[in-house]
Amino acid sequence: MADLHTVNKSPFEKNSLETAIRYSMAGSSILLLEDGVYGATKGTAMEGMVKDAMGDKKVYALRSDLMARAIKEDRVIDGVEIVDYAGFVDLVEANDKVQAWL
Amino acid sequence: MKLAVQVNEGPYQHQASDSAYHFTKAALEKGHEVFRVFFYHDGVLNGTRLTTPPQDDRNIVNRWVELAEKYDLDLVLCVAAAQRRGLVDEGEAQRNGKDATNIAPKFRISGLGQLIEAAIQSDRLVVFGD
Repeated sequence: MADLHTVNKSPFEKNSLETAIRYSMAGSSILLLEDGVYGATKGTAMEGMVKDAMGDKKVYALRSDLMARAIKEDRVIDGVEIVDYAGFVDLVEANDKVQAWL
Repeated sequence: MKLAVQVNEGPYQHQASDSAYHFTKAALEKGHEVFRVFFYHDGVLNGTRLTTPPQDDRNIVNRWVELAEKYDLDLVLCVAAAQRRGLVDEGEAQRNGKDATNIAPKFRISGLGQLIEAAIQSDRLVVFGD
């Protein structure tokens, strides 16, 4: 039942991260890409929500999209795993389905 | 693993085509099979060979073409989306009485059934868009 959920919008622009967290089941993985990586930054109003989600889900962020937005690794919430595109492919393979929260 | 990729946005306006390209390339380089890349909605604009970005910018259309040539990818534009946006191949030009074509090499125009088939035939469908 493990699914991969992709979120490509900032949580300050759209509620897709919040929705993905709410509707995904325990054991799911959530990958933040494009503007979605803003949800992985420390010290924001969304940090608590993301940390709570990591209680029973894995959260990932795409490295090149973090870099494109000048979000250095030390500004990423502890426990969020940073992956490259090869890691994205591995996540797709490791999960049964991929749900894009567009 | 067999993958299908769906792109819903045009190039240069949205990051979706860039993300889809890098994802598809990474999957192919890992040895996975990409059954089809389906371009839907404004995504069909990824398939015009008339695109001419500045020389210091990436050529998103040619990048797809080169990847398709290297790996024999099936790049499909949704026909209804293509007609609305003026993406034309030989068949469409004849059928609709158009005086030119603009589809890029390695791309083809077909129906939404191709998306459904790709989803059925593949282990995963990965969607990029808004």
